[in-house]
Amino acid sequence: MAYEGMIAETISIQGDKNEPISAYVARPLGGGPYPGVVLIHHAPGWDEFYRETTRRFAHHGYAAISHNLYHRAGEGKADDVAAKVRAEGGVPDAQVIGDTEGAVQWLKAQPWSTGKVAVWGTCSGGRQTFLYACHTKSINAAVELWGGRVVMSKEELNPKQPKAPIDFTAGLSCPLLGIFGNEDRAPTPEQVNQHEAELKKAGKNYEFHRYDGAGHGFFYYDRPAYRIEQALDGWQKVWAFLEKHLK
Amino acid sequence: MCTSIVEIVAAAGAGKTGDGWIELTHSVVSYDHPHHAVLEEAITIDFVNRALGPGARVAVELTLEAAKELSGALTRAIAAAEIEEAGRLRTA
Repeated sequence: MAYEGMIAETISIQGDKNEPISAYVARPLGGGPYPGVVLIHHAPGWDEFYRETTRRFAHHGYAAISHNLYHRAGEGKADDVAAKVRAEGGVPDAQVIGDTEGAVQWLKAQPWSTGKVAVWGTCSGGRQTFLYACHTKSINAAVELWGGRVVMSKEELNPKQPKAPIDFTAGLSCPLLGIFGNEDRAPTPEQVNQHEAELKKAGKNYEFHRYDGAGHGFFYYDRPAYRIEQALDGWQKVWAFLEKHLK
Repeated sequence: MCTSIVEIVAAAGAGKTGDGWIELTHSVVSYDHPHHAVLEEAITIDFVNRALGPGARVAVELTLEAAKELSGALTRAIAAAEIEEAGRLRTA
């Protein structure tokens, strides 16, 4: 039996404007080198699902980091911190981009890194994954899972989210994998159509997979949205995509 | 959040958290993914004090139907309270 092990721990990294933010890192034990994955957590916060998923990537041979986008809201349980952020109107898109660039650069600087990095996110983190991927040239792949509000109406724009991510499509500089449920309402299938049409128009390298019988958040095994068949197939798409672009 | 359904209003009063009573600064009503209720979306109401840490929160996650019942109850109780207050002003 081959020896298997991983290290998983919280660390501090430099986020937007070089401010320190917390992060959770998991990687296989050993010298590597390992390709990296940055996980952008969802609106429910920097929670147990993201801890477990970070370790899941390590189990599959990646060095993974999940940075805390809600660090500035203070210490607390994930649901309380997420509620505080919601009460403050969310986090600014520009800050998310800066924090994520910090996580990417931290990964790339490690001696056990191959230098190749993907970004992966669900829900609001899916939206932010696409948004970040349109603002950087630092990554090799992006995985957007049911990103809500990539398409935004004028009424939804606000000082923290001043421009819809879809309007940055021309800036996308890496291959994109998109996974969506056809029963989702944020994004709706029509919004996914618009998202895809923009990618096509801009000549981007992308693949979208859309699942019948699934709505929003169908990978969340601890929520009623979980759809086992669609989630298992979706994960296979994720692994194949990362294998192709990171290894 | 993946819906943009969030209403934030000022609050004056007190709420009881697991650690005791706190003064409130805001009420936040949203329709989004709940943390605990076994629902895909819920009306979530947070009574918070923004000046305190994230734990300074009184939270509920309700079904849409339960939220409607609560909204009706609030409306009826407030209407009755305003009649009561108006009567008090006349007798003062």
